[in-house]
Amino acid sequence: MKVELHSIHKYFGKVHANDNITLDIPAGTIQGILGENGAGKSTLMKVLSGFIQADSGEILLDGKPVIIHSPADAIKQGVGMLHQDPLDFPPMRIIDNFILGAPGGLFPNRAAITRDFKALAQEYDFSIDPESYVDALTVGERQQLEILRLLWLGARVLILDEPTTGISASQKQKLFATLRKLAEQGKTMIFVSHKLEDVEALCHQAVVLRQGKLIGEMKKPFDPKKLVGMMFDKEVSLGARQSAKPGEVLLSMQHVSLEDVRLKLKDLSLDVHAGEVIGLSGMEGSGQGPFLRACAGLTRPVAGHVKLKGHDMTGKSYHAYKHQGVEFLPAARLEEGLVPGLSLTEHFILAEEPKGVFIDREYGGKLAAERIQSFNIKGTPLSTVESLSGGNQQRALLSLLNDPLSLVLIEHPTRGLDIESVIYIWSKLKERCKQGAAIIFISSDLEEILQYSDRVLVFFSGKVSEPLDAAQTTVEQLGQLIGGKGWPEKKAA
Amino acid sequence: MTKNSRWINFGFQLAALVLALLFTTLILLAAGAPPLEAYKNIILGSVSSLDKISNVLVTWVPLLLASAGLLVTFSAGLWNIGMEGQITLGAIGTTWALRLMQDSTLPPALVITFAILAGMLAGAFWAALAGALKTFGGVNEIFGGLGLNFVSTALTLWLIFGPWKRPGVGSMSGTEPFPETLWLPMFPDSRLSPWALVIAVVAIVIVYFMLQGTYFGLRLKAVGKNFRAAYMLGIPTWQYMMISFILCGALAGAAGAVQVTAVYHRLIPSISSGYGYLGLLVAMLINYQAAWAAPVALFFAALNIGSIQLPIVLKLDSSLSGVLQGMLVLFVLMVEGVRQRLMRRS
Amino acid sequence: MDSNTIIIGLAGVLVAAAPLLFAVIGETISERAGVTNLSMNGTILLSAMGGFAVAVSTDSILLGFLTGAGIGAAVALIVAVSSITLKQSQVAVGFVLALVTRDLSYFLGNPFMGLEGPRLPAWNIPLLADIPVLGPLLFQHDLMTYLSYLLVFLAWLWVFRTRPGLMLQGIGERPAAAFVRGANVNLLRYAYTVLGGALVGLAGPLYSLSVKAGWKGTISGLDGIGWIALSITIFGGWNPARAAFGAYLFALLQWLGLVLQPSMPGVPSQVLQVAPFPLMILTLLLVNIGDAEWVERTLAAMPEGTRRFFTKLLRAMRASPPAALGVPFESD
Repeated sequence: MKVELHSIHKYFGKVHANDNITLDIPAGTIQGILGENGAGKSTLMKVLSGFIQADSGEILLDGKPVIIHSPADAIKQGVGMLHQDPLDFPPMRIIDNFILGAPGGLFPNRAAITRDFKALAQEYDFSIDPESYVDALTVGERQQLEILRLLWLGARVLILDEPTTGISASQKQKLFATLRKLAEQGKTMIFVSHKLEDVEALCHQAVVLRQGKLIGEMKKPFDPKKLVGMMFDKEVSLGARQSAKPGEVLLSMQHVSLEDVRLKLKDLSLDVHAGEVIGLSGMEGSGQGPFLRACAGLTRPVAGHVKLKGHDMTGKSYHAYKHQGVEFLPAARLEEGLVPGLSLTEHFILAEEPKGVFIDREYGGKLAAERIQSFNIKGTPLSTVESLSGGNQQRALLSLLNDPLSLVLIEHPTRGLDIESVIYIWSKLKERCKQGAAIIFISSDLEEILQYSDRVLVFFSGKVSEPLDAAQTTVEQLGQLIGGKGWPEKKAA
Repeated sequence: MTKNSRWINFGFQLAALVLALLFTTLILLAAGAPPLEAYKNIILGSVSSLDKISNVLVTWVPLLLASAGLLVTFSAGLWNIGMEGQITLGAIGTTWALRLMQDSTLPPALVITFAILAGMLAGAFWAALAGALKTFGGVNEIFGGLGLNFVSTALTLWLIFGPWKRPGVGSMSGTEPFPETLWLPMFPDSRLSPWALVIAVVAIVIVYFMLQGTYFGLRLKAVGKNFRAAYMLGIPTWQYMMISFILCGALAGAAGAVQVTAVYHRLIPSISSGYGYLGLLVAMLINYQAAWAAPVALFFAALNIGSIQLPIVLKLDSSLSGVLQGMLVLFVLMVEGVRQRLMRRS
Repeated sequence: MDSNTIIIGLAGVLVAAAPLLFAVIGETISERAGVTNLSMNGTILLSAMGGFAVAVSTDSILLGFLTGAGIGAAVALIVAVSSITLKQSQVAVGFVLALVTRDLSYFLGNPFMGLEGPRLPAWNIPLLADIPVLGPLLFQHDLMTYLSYLLVFLAWLWVFRTRPGLMLQGIGERPAAAFVRGANVNLLRYAYTVLGGALVGLAGPLYSLSVKAGWKGTISGLDGIGWIALSITIFGGWNPARAAFGAYLFALLQWLGLVLQPSMPGVPSQVLQVAPFPLMILTLLLVNIGDAEWVERTLAAMPEGTRRFFTKLLRAMRASPPAALGVPFESD
């Protein structure tokens, strides 16, 4: 199906999220849509898939102007969207997920639908058991399920929002093969991503959005340098790498095994030295999360020992770790890190040891003013934390770290933040390293991992690599490992 | 907050009050009763004589104690519906202590003090049970509390008809009254004890300052607003939850103790008189602001006492006060919802 | 106890459980859609009173039941407006309503106290009633008891086997995903909350016109039943069949308490009367304990085999509420 967008405008308050976007996508092609976070990609796709209506402009499908009222209306007209986090129902059966929302009589004919499902799955070479439950699937399989469902409902245009985040390399290959096949059948694929290499590998043509505007377009073969030039306003420099001189051993994980419902990590050993930064890399859900939590006593190992500055901390609680100068900064800032409804001042008071019974408000106010200034937080001492922007929330979290500090554990330190905040936050973290603290962090941004770590651990479905020297590793090598390639045949299990 | 928006808020709250009165008037009309007559009776029934005013204060004491306790648990994000049972256990504990010591040679003042402390301990124990079910068993405090409420009622009945029954046959009128020496000292010709008033006022003042100005209060609020983040900030969360249960239970126990030592002078079947549930309404109505607890609890107490007139004069059930109180809270909640909705729009 | 007594007793259990079934299934449906109606205790009282008053005044059993359903639906509508449209806490609104409706039933029911009212007649199902054992056990009751069997089956069928039922699961589980599949989430939530409320409302007249006939104000013995029904809903894991099992189990235990009392003179009657409540706490404990932090810690310290066993056991007993229970939904 041919898709045309004519002069799409969309405002959110004063923000001009889509500014006069015109885009023609011929049938049977794969269209890439590139841009940074906040460039307006999601807004444009929400307009096309019926989540929101454009303030002005026109959508044409196969040359006919259409109005798309809702996501359900979109699929009726042949436009299906695959969301980054697939919108399915984890505790329900796969076949029920498949049926849910499809038109038909009161009692769905399960046998017939199961046959349809199996036939479709076979056609695209997916192996999913229709009777098992969605929460047992990987993100990649959940995407496959959604693609099958959308095709079954008659989608002729498929919008894919950052589909390669969180899936394995082999699943990515399969996804790309499927998309190419669908394009050959005359269907239109719209591939939204900020990953240049994916767009290069897959798309027939691509456009770049920046600050709500369509900046430029390009057909295959792509010129990556030009695309980068279009995506970023100015050349961004993260600064030179700084390596630390590692000191004494702070944290020592000895033959630690971890277990949760999904995943087992076996026999892990690692020494972390004062002053060094260790990056944990891998697809979401490969085991780095539980590992980081185990370093803080938030997850209890089922075997092995954890030592902190020589003390055996195995099985102790996070508070015992915290007492030894360990701090954990969660990615879900407002869910796990900060207390919505309380002010910055109240947070600073909470983070300190109580002095007596009554709170000294004057001292609290002074403390807040001081921290707000030194961490460059855009807010007042009385601002509640939920009123701050994401970058300022992250700064607030950092400003809550107390002294003395020996080990900081961070999940996604800069996810969703603007580049200025990224550089600022890392400069603050590196300061801590100079004072002798060690940092372990998780990031899905490979550049960030290589830029700021001294050593890197790669996680792949419960396996962990030997520590890699970040200075000697390239993004390509890291990408291969994350995707499960280049692992030694017999890694100690 | 600007002066303007404060007036707007006030307007919305006034609207809630008007709506609640309007609805209650409709109910009265539906029951075929003259509304104005009914309201007049309620007002006169609560303030027309010194005796009535003292009865309002008698009701105010346990209600204020219950509200004070609930402010603590609400701060920790807990719905302590088990309040009724904790008041009952307080009464049982006090009765137990008084029975144990009534024949001893200890000075009565000491006996009463011990008895009230025993009541507070018993209330705290019952609250700790609900807290333990919540923190160690994952049982929502609403259901754990409700179950314990029913158990406490049964316990009371069993004691009144069993081990503590009056000489002869046990009856719904309760246990044998205690001798006057073991009563809290009263104002003449009333059931109002200055000591009970002191206990209630001290309790709400302590709770107010605890929540407003102490590290403990701030940390408790953090636990209530975001349990996970509070833990990450280094607050021992489950301990704080247990402490808030125990504090609340102790205040509930004090309410029960006052009912025994100052009001009924014995254990009766429904000794908690619904003050626990009413306290929840008070806490919701004042939007968990401790400063408002005393006046609102006084207003509710006046409604309760005023409506006692209704069956006598107008042959109406006294539960009208409960309808009015509940409607008031309901409309305050709904009007707040409307206000937030309008604010989102603009 | 001879077999005849047991059959009559068990038949009585089925009748006594009928109103509980209406209440529990109603609440299950409403919670499946994502709305907790905490007002149930008062709703049952008010609909019992209202149904009785209308039935007495009009001498029509049917109108009595319709009134009950109407009251239940109206109270549920208030919960729906406050929580879905006005986004207030379902717990707060539901709890206040539980108190208001209870007091309202006492206030408005005053003139009807102790009146003699109509009673739901028994109606033996032809042929089926004559089957030995099963006949007297199942088919010599009243219409509402038969409907209660049917209701459990229909609710189960609806939730797990029909298209709209799948969507019902969807809006309680992940409203955003239900929305992209074409559901008008908030409208459906309104509909199911009101329907669930109407079913809860049927429980009232079923008490006042049959199981505990009459209206006796505060001593009607109905105060507390709604709270029990709420915990049975949790015990039932939001599955109509498991919820029905819970309701029958509860009625059975109550009957056993009554039957066994004479043989246990040492145990006062008050203790047996409240026995269901500690049992309720215990069942909730079993359903929820797997979530507790210390359990996780203890499990981690166990040897592998034991750990597997307990993990499985806890997961089998566990009942997860619909993920979006109590969470308002807005489509952008």
